[in-house]
Amino acid sequence: MAKLFATYYTLLTRWHTLTGCKYFWPVFMIAGLGFCIAASTFEFLDLYLQLILIYVGINIILTVSLNLINGYMGEFSVGHAGFMAMGAYIASLLTVHVIPPSVQNLLFPLAILAGGIGAGLIGFLVAIPSFKTRGDYLAIVTLAFCMIVKSVLENIDAVGGPRGLLGMEKLTTLPWVFFWTVLSVWVIRNLVYSNFGRGVLSIREDEIASDLMSVDTRQVKIIAFVVSSFFAGIAGGLFAHALQFINPRMFDILKSTDILIMVYLGGIASIAGSIIGAVIYTILLEILRPLGVWRMMLMPLMLVLLMIYRPRGIMGMRETRLFEPLRDLVTEKLWRNKKKGAADAAP
Amino acid sequence: MPLLEISGLTHRFAGLCAVSDFNLAIEPHELIGVIGPNGAGKTTVFNLITGVYRASEGSIKLNKQEIVGLTPHAITALGIARTFQNIRLFKELSVLDNVRIAHYGQIAYTPAEALLHIGRFRAEERRITNQALDLLSVFKLDDSAGEKAKNLPYGLQRRLEIARALATGPGLLLLDEPAAGMNPNEIIQMMEFIGWIRKTFSVTIILIEHQMRLVMGICERLVVLDFGATIAQGLPAEIQNNPKVMEAYLGEEVVQ
Amino acid sequence: MSYIFQQILNALQLGSIYALIALGYTMVYGILTMINFAHGDLFMVGAFFCFLLAFYLHLSFIPTLLLSMLGVAFLGVIIERLAYKPLRNAPRVSAIITALGVGLFLENFTLALSPYPKHIPPLLQNTTWTFGALSISSLQIIVIVLSLLLMLILDFIVQHTKAGMAMRAISWDKTIVPLMGVSVDKIISLTFAIGTGLGGAAGVMYGLAYPVIDPYMGIMVGWKAFICAVVGGIGNIRGAMIGGFILGGVEIMVGAFFPSTYRDFVAFTLLLILLIVRPYGILGKPHPQKV
Repeated sequence: MAKLFATYYTLLTRWHTLTGCKYFWPVFMIAGLGFCIAASTFEFLDLYLQLILIYVGINIILTVSLNLINGYMGEFSVGHAGFMAMGAYIASLLTVHVIPPSVQNLLFPLAILAGGIGAGLIGFLVAIPSFKTRGDYLAIVTLAFCMIVKSVLENIDAVGGPRGLLGMEKLTTLPWVFFWTVLSVWVIRNLVYSNFGRGVLSIREDEIASDLMSVDTRQVKIIAFVVSSFFAGIAGGLFAHALQFINPRMFDILKSTDILIMVYLGGIASIAGSIIGAVIYTILLEILRPLGVWRMMLMPLMLVLLMIYRPRGIMGMRETRLFEPLRDLVTEKLWRNKKKGAADAAP
Repeated sequence: MPLLEISGLTHRFAGLCAVSDFNLAIEPHELIGVIGPNGAGKTTVFNLITGVYRASEGSIKLNKQEIVGLTPHAITALGIARTFQNIRLFKELSVLDNVRIAHYGQIAYTPAEALLHIGRFRAEERRITNQALDLLSVFKLDDSAGEKAKNLPYGLQRRLEIARALATGPGLLLLDEPAAGMNPNEIIQMMEFIGWIRKTFSVTIILIEHQMRLVMGICERLVVLDFGATIAQGLPAEIQNNPKVMEAYLGEEVVQ
Repeated sequence: MSYIFQQILNALQLGSIYALIALGYTMVYGILTMINFAHGDLFMVGAFFCFLLAFYLHLSFIPTLLLSMLGVAFLGVIIERLAYKPLRNAPRVSAIITALGVGLFLENFTLALSPYPKHIPPLLQNTTWTFGALSISSLQIIVIVLSLLLMLILDFIVQHTKAGMAMRAISWDKTIVPLMGVSVDKIISLTFAIGTGLGGAAGVMYGLAYPVIDPYMGIMVGWKAFICAVVGGIGNIRGAMIGGFILGGVEIMVGAFFPSTYRDFVAFTLLLILLIVRPYGILGKPHPQKV
């Protein structure tokens, strides 16, 4: 038993040394991207598996972005599907009606980006009520927002009304999903370990004290909501071009609930947790598919058990060293060395 | 030139007058004490100065600038910081982060730079981390820099809260019952500590306190509140013998 | 003119159903500060109990109503003991997610047992009285009157009985109440029983008014009733009733004068505006934080 732990620790240390190496991340990105491009062009991963990975990626983006609001900022937003819907519709309208077919592949990232920006702008609107209201009342605002988006889309015939939009090309490929997933995880992790991220955490801990310690809470809330909804929009655009068809019912409260579950399953306020939650939820749902309707009974039951025994989720409020920035540790180490040096020099 | 001028400050909560006609002028580097029985409105005055509440009437001027109506973080940016009666640290955050957050107003990079780690981001983060660690080491808290604030013992938590307030770079520091829950030895240490803070950081200090030894020991001037009204103002020795003050604390019959 | 009157009746009917459900939300929230998102699904279970009792056992209205209410109340208490009690001291969101899980479970369990929508057999003689262009059905009157009766009984229990007093005390300060000799567990179970029982009653009424039921009917109704409870001021019983009638009224009136697809949109936008104007609900009071 002790030998097992020893091996585990050696492996962990080797892993930390590897990932701490300066070139790890660029190499990982390029290798990963290369793998995905190869996989989708040469199809040595079968199409079904690729589709699963695409959905895993999309769910990771959704979960990490919602975790910013629900986990790090401590709010309870149930409107994430609304932002996803905005991104999906904007991106789809662009590729179906605006971009000529010959350049669709080329301009696809721009369409996705446009979806994200549109969702981000709406996110800014939702941030405004958050200045004065908190907690359950803000939850209602986000809930109402989600339902309003859905009803508005159902009523606009130009975007297909209740029947939805179709005709999107299957532009979402594994390499694109990999790119956007890694980008969103990286950007949100950057935000969390910056001044603004600390501001978000301080709002969760004690908003009034935070205000009094020079944190501009309005600015922080706006940043958090805009970034969160931006990435939800990106995920929406990717989703639309994987499914090739969207309608308003896909983005109702049930979808928001799905994302919520992934966040709390993986662990609030944790990037690794968001990834774990998204991966487990998506893959588990696929594995349990043969169970038919019993699948959706088993899943919530497991969720309830998890909440009873681990209320904050699998990685609740903890983070892997992978995502914690090295620079903080380095700065602190340098500082301590300097202090020690000064202490040694002066007897 | 007075650092802080409060005149006619009055605040009502739905019919109850919490503070009425509070007046105070403070010169830089003074150490003022605000005392009075529980519920007298002392913390309310702090809340009014720092912008948590907007005063119903009256004016508060910092360096001749009116601050009534400003948001709390704007007032903090102008140089007023405070601690709280019931410690309000960011419990789940590390000691280092608690202090780093207080540097929010001094950060020179934009959100875009933070999101993409470009531009001034790395340099600024290094600067703030070093500044925070320097401050912590002055307060002898640097060894627990990585600990969660909630895991610190009570005395260190109080110290951290003061360190955090000082990290915002204030000219005026408001301390709300810094010696709460301390035994006589700790109170003596706190008295030295406060004197040391005033000298090292050259701040003006206003202090709310119930521990009379501390108040009489270090305050240069006192203001006494009771039921929102100022019943006495002056030097500690005068206040000690003021019958109205004794009445407020001990009750009419005892004084009689 | 009579068209408006007609719509007012419809609004009262729908409003009473929403109010009954909103009451269940608000009672549980008042006592545990927890949003029981499974409540909408318990409402659905009530409707299904009604179906089972009416279709298989051929019971008449009153026994069906009472047994359905009891059934749902019983289920509510079991859910509370098994799933919510362990989380009483956990972060609030965990309890909320658990509630979502319980709700999902109920929906899919019912779906497994009943894949197709069911039609509740008529339980009441539905006589319609016509006054010119206005027609009032006895069903509507019964739904409205019964709902109001249940709400009055609830109000009486909460304001004038010892159990009700205990409920109100717990909503103010949970830790002190056991020191006064009151069993908090029992009162919480009672609150759940009453709250979910009312939701079950709403399910029965809904089934009478709109006889085709399916396992997913609780979702939208549940979330809407939750909004009613918040608009009225969450934790406030009178507020929940008011909120329910407001939403019922808005939905019916909007449906009467606009195309039916606009109904949800206008209803939610109005509620959102209401919340922005009165952020703590109509009868709610913000909890002032002591700084």
